[in-house]
Amino acid sequence: MKKAKIYPWYFAAGALLIYTLLAVVPGIVGIGYSFTDWSAYSKELHFVGFKNFQQVFSADQDYLKYIMNTLVFTAVTTIFKTGLGLLFAVVLCSNIKLKNFHRGVMYLPSVLSILIIGLVFGSILNPKNGFLNSILRSVGLGALAQKWLVDPKIAFGSVMAVDIWRGTGYIMTMLIVGILAIPSVYYEAASVDGATGFQKFIHITLPMLRQTLAVTIVLNVLYGLKVFDIVYALTNGGPGHVTEVMYTAVFKQFSQGLYALGTTISSVMFIFMVVIGYFMIKILTRDEVIE
Amino acid sequence: MNNKTKQFTKTFLKNVLSWIISIIMLVPLALIVVNAFKPDSEALTLSLTLPKVWTFDNFAVVVEKGKLLRSFLNSFLYAGSATLITILLGSMAAYVFSRRRGRKETLVYMYMVLGIVIPINYVALMKVMQVTHLNNKAIGIILLYTAMQLPFTVFLLYGFVSKVPVELDEAAVIDGCGPFRLFFRIVMPMMRSSMVTAGVLCFLNTWNEFVMPLYFLNSSEKWPMTLAVYNFFGQYEKSWNLICADILLTCLPVIILYLVCQKYIVGGQTAGAVKG
Repeated sequence: MKKAKIYPWYFAAGALLIYTLLAVVPGIVGIGYSFTDWSAYSKELHFVGFKNFQQVFSADQDYLKYIMNTLVFTAVTTIFKTGLGLLFAVVLCSNIKLKNFHRGVMYLPSVLSILIIGLVFGSILNPKNGFLNSILRSVGLGALAQKWLVDPKIAFGSVMAVDIWRGTGYIMTMLIVGILAIPSVYYEAASVDGATGFQKFIHITLPMLRQTLAVTIVLNVLYGLKVFDIVYALTNGGPGHVTEVMYTAVFKQFSQGLYALGTTISSVMFIFMVVIGYFMIKILTRDEVIE
Repeated sequence: MNNKTKQFTKTFLKNVLSWIISIIMLVPLALIVVNAFKPDSEALTLSLTLPKVWTFDNFAVVVEKGKLLRSFLNSFLYAGSATLITILLGSMAAYVFSRRRGRKETLVYMYMVLGIVIPINYVALMKVMQVTHLNNKAIGIILLYTAMQLPFTVFLLYGFVSKVPVELDEAAVIDGCGPFRLFFRIVMPMMRSSMVTAGVLCFLNTWNEFVMPLYFLNSSEKWPMTLAVYNFFGQYEKSWNLICADILLTCLPVIILYLVCQKYIVGGQTAGAVKG
């Protein structure tokens, strides 16, 4: 059979065209624009060399801090979501009652709009009359009440906590399916040999989950580096700039009409992620490469 | 016996832990539901007390004042069309990549999947939208959503289409089947359930998205439901009963979709995660 004739390239043309035009081209055009002084205030474009990049990486500006924040957000949320997700997955795969109910509830936040979650948590975490502080006060733990999203010291922690609340169920669901795919004979054999539950977890569950864990971590890291919605909805980078991440910084330049700086930050992200993306894609598609 | 008590305690603790987590997950959602039924005077803040007077008026008010019907139809148009186009084009592309499997095809497949990784440059995207005359148009948003969802959809469907036996294709071609009939009549029906999975995920993502319409649609008449909620929140900041009613109506479609299609959604999460 002639493969070219039965599986013609034009079948893939539509997908490739739309994807290239609206996802790849802006990325590449954006790199070009980051060498100019493009803004909403002038019709003319001038070539300015590496000036924008110097500004982004300059120590007098805050951009390095935003990059740091993005990396911290990525690391912290990935660690917590994976850790808690794994714990919950193991618990919800054991012999407890109403397993499916708990699993369903855990996943629920993942289907809701992040913007809406942000609105609701904005109210829950309100220092004066928010639900969380009211509850803490009413059970006599008023000392623990905080200005969750207002105090610069803990605002970023609060944002990350909300994101962990939202994202753990998704990771847990992936891990549950991974655990259920482990043949039960392994566990039976281990039981015969007198292994404890913890030993089974370390020597059977964890090694067998390696590929699933790799995929969840990759997806988490990608999400974290590109995070925007949750920060925008909760604090929009404030108070001051303590919760500012790269994408919120991009949008601030964008709405102020400072297009060149916005596109430069985007381009830095674009280049960085294409490079690490190569390795991430390798992990995501590992199965198929083996086959 | 000692062992038995230990086992019992363990199971008991696991049940308790599960309930604690579930409650933490449910409280914010319960807040929305409870407050959506409160009259104005009771809903100055979000609290978990049951309404003294249950009222359904809030829903009528938000539908009218928040112009919810219009934004519902917008959301439906954007998410629905984007899902259909993504699934159609995505499955055709995944099919070709997976069946040909040469060096070149694998490279193009990787290029497509790289879309899961690369960040969108919104600033330059605005330029592209203006040049292609897609800015401020419904079709622009639909195509944008399609472009954003295609990489993951192709990745997901690639795994599934590989499992449709090639022998089928061979038999069909010998019987004189052309490429279109082969794909639409023989291969596509075999991928139906995986296409539902990809479609549900695509619909959920696009329904919840709000950044694209925020920057690429200039009038609030074209806004989808998520963005309309945000707008509504700005206008009625203290009326949590109205905001909650609005939120509830906005989330209802995806929650129903989730409950009906839970099986498919979970199937989709695992495609990349489990071998075989």
